[in-house]
Amino acid sequence: MSKYNVVVIGSGPGGYIAAIRCAQLGMKVAIIEKYKVLGGTCTNVGCIPSKALLDSSEHYHNAENSLADHGIGVKGLSIDFKKTVERKNGVVKANNDGIAFLMKKNKIDSYFGIASFVSNNKIAVTDAKGEQTEIEGEKIIIATGSKPTELPFLKTDKKRIITSTEALSLTEVPKHLVIIGGGIIGVELGSVYQRLGSKVTIVEFLDKIVPSMDDEVGKELLRVLRKQGIEFLLSTKVTGATAKGKEVTVTAENKAGEKVALKGDYCLVAVGRVPFTTGLNLAAVGVAKDEKGRITVNEKLETNVPGIYALGDVVRGAMLAHKAEEEGVYLAEILAGQKPHINYNLIPGVAYTWPEAAGVGATEQELKQKGVAYKSGKFPFRALGRARASGDLDGFVKILASKETDEILGVHIIGARAADLIIEGVVAMEYRASAEDISRMSHPHPTYTEAFKEACLIATENRPLNM
Amino acid sequence: MTEIKVPALAESITEVTLSKYLVKEGDYIEMDQPICELETDKASQEIPSPVSGKIKFVASEGDDLKIGAVICQIDESAAKPEATSPQVEAPKAEVKEEPKKETPKKEEPKQEEPTKDTYAKGTPSPAAKKILEEGSLKTAEVKGTGVSGRITKEDAIKAVRDKAQLPQREAFSRNERREKMSRLRKTVAERLVYSKNSTAMLTTFNEMDMTAINKIREKYGDAFKKKNEVSLGIMSFFSKAVCLALEKFPAVNASIEENEIIYHDYCDISIAVSTPKGLVVPVIRNAESLSLAGIEKKVKELAIKGRDGLLTMEEMTGGTFTISNGGVFGSLMSTPIINPPQVAILGMHKTEDRPIVIDKQITIRPMMYLALSYDHRVIDGKESVSFLVAVKDFLENPHKMLLGADPVDLLLEI
Repeated sequence: MSKYNVVVIGSGPGGYIAAIRCAQLGMKVAIIEKYKVLGGTCTNVGCIPSKALLDSSEHYHNAENSLADHGIGVKGLSIDFKKTVERKNGVVKANNDGIAFLMKKNKIDSYFGIASFVSNNKIAVTDAKGEQTEIEGEKIIIATGSKPTELPFLKTDKKRIITSTEALSLTEVPKHLVIIGGGIIGVELGSVYQRLGSKVTIVEFLDKIVPSMDDEVGKELLRVLRKQGIEFLLSTKVTGATAKGKEVTVTAENKAGEKVALKGDYCLVAVGRVPFTTGLNLAAVGVAKDEKGRITVNEKLETNVPGIYALGDVVRGAMLAHKAEEEGVYLAEILAGQKPHINYNLIPGVAYTWPEAAGVGATEQELKQKGVAYKSGKFPFRALGRARASGDLDGFVKILASKETDEILGVHIIGARAADLIIEGVVAMEYRASAEDISRMSHPHPTYTEAFKEACLIATENRPLNM
Repeated sequence: MTEIKVPALAESITEVTLSKYLVKEGDYIEMDQPICELETDKASQEIPSPVSGKIKFVASEGDDLKIGAVICQIDESAAKPEATSPQVEAPKAEVKEEPKKETPKKEEPKQEEPTKDTYAKGTPSPAAKKILEEGSLKTAEVKGTGVSGRITKEDAIKAVRDKAQLPQREAFSRNERREKMSRLRKTVAERLVYSKNSTAMLTTFNEMDMTAINKIREKYGDAFKKKNEVSLGIMSFFSKAVCLALEKFPAVNASIEENEIIYHDYCDISIAVSTPKGLVVPVIRNAESLSLAGIEKKVKELAIKGRDGLLTMEEMTGGTFTISNGGVFGSLMSTPIINPPQVAILGMHKTEDRPIVIDKQITIRPMMYLALSYDHRVIDGKESVSFLVAVKDFLENPHKMLLGADPVDLLLEI
């Protein structure tokens, strides 16, 4: 039996990063993956493929809607969706290969099959042919991630009533895509198909979309996406969905209690994700889970069973690839006897719509709820030369700072390249910068980052220079 | 030309040491600017300049000076150099750049901000934080050199390295160091020897059970702190008990002056405090009239001032009785030395669980030895022992402190 210092179950961004960092620190590491390729949800059916489709669909959308403004004429514009999906598959494969290379480079043994606990430090891996291999690890890291949430009253058939996984590999552009859930996954995939010509209807139970984000960002995103043509039914409770041939009927009840029926050719259920632990045989070793099915861990990511650890989507906290990655590095260093830390308050959230939306730190609604005395500085991209040049005028940067100390407490951005701009907020907050600190740093002109500086000037003492 | 002389700092002080100049030779000095630090028997004190002008040193650092000796001269006729201080120049520059709608006044404080402490002082960078954690260093132990006192990675690396180097000693070293005795040390030495040689000092011991006080602190500690913003320590109980016992035995609260004994109707309790510069003995005045909270507040205030070297001469002069707590350093038993002209001193020691016999049963109690050193010239054995027994009785039965006697005894008038 092969013996390792560390055995990692799951090769998503949490698992494979933990494996690499463990290897860097001199441990002998094995990684187990259920599917045939490495990378987990993020690489195969999440972050990466969705961004590939978002980018492709954005090019198409721009060719159709924006290029004329720039004096560029396009005739005979068409979309070969099959090719779009093929390209996306190519992008995914390049990432799979990249991770496989990294495993080899770091001398990490990869096992393909379903892992299940035999004992506290023994794992059985059952491959596709049903053959079983046992490996032993002094420490075990569970990084099995999550899967799309299934509604009890609404079973997916993976053909017409689908999850995000299938939505990334459709063979045609839907005519009318009904999406249940106005969270980040819903608005991203809704954007893809709306741009490619689908009619898109998003049904959301709450009275707002992207609830994890700042309310003002959510409102602006709702306004822009509606302008782009996505239909939103808010405060609407889905009661069921049935597929008949090529037609799907989604039934719902609106705020007034009236019954609504939506007919489309596809229905995407995007109501969140749940931790995935199937097949691990956790009961055999007594690893405890909480009421939401998450593996319970202490601050060192150790489960109730000594020597068994867990990280990423399968434990508490935001279900985000970069949160899992941070935990991967953190845990590897803990196992090596170091004392790293993670600032969970400063894990940014991003929606890759266009305009993009991103946030870090406290939202305004959270500050209000906690009764924190704060001030807010909001600068619209519309007032920036850079934004005018590109034509991306929607959105703003919003800085929330302590009324007392001027320390930045939250940064919320909606606009072109918000996903990349947000890192300035993370760095600033990690060093506990004040709004004035940032406003006294040179921001290159002309860039979108100037909005960050201007918003800080407004937050400091309402003295923007370009508004 | 104005001569700056050593001022008369207190009645008992005849000589001081010029510990250091706070300005450079030839500097232009503003009125009220501190120019040097004088070390006296009891404290160090900054001397401000009474005039503006150019300074010329007369005495050197380290010199012992009599009261009235010249420290330095200040030439008032010297011209003030132009734009030496940034504080003078800054507002000028600001006015030019200021947008019209804002007043320069509003911007001025901003200029000073980098030198002030902000909320961010001591914030470690992510890498610095990890390095400090691994080096078992707290952020408070590290000086940050980053913006607003933030701790950079370099600061953390240096701090951990410095810490690792501290305990390293050269093996088999035969090195010696010679240092001038500080004025405070010299004074302490003289006074201790004087006390030993000129009094008829002896020590009586007793022991006390801390159970009652511990129970009160445990039960009411939080409420006390919430109300008074100071922790309920044991000094307040001891000071109170001592005051009540002193009232019963006035000789213990007396002092000797030549052939006379002076009895005090007040209890000024000197508290021995260890500071970075040495032992100082600030005084809690009229401790007999203070509440427990009042005593705790005063103790805290004096301890902080002592630590920061801010005790004034006034705060360290006088005192009718001294309490010294060697227990904070772990002392089990000691014979404290009287602080003349006082005639007695109480020594507190560490509390530790010891087996003792109560009602013919061996039981474990938190016990403390008490020592009372006294001047037998004034205090008889019976008085000293009875005083210490009274102190012990008050401390073991804190309810008696409320009325100065057992409430039931008072009620029954027995």
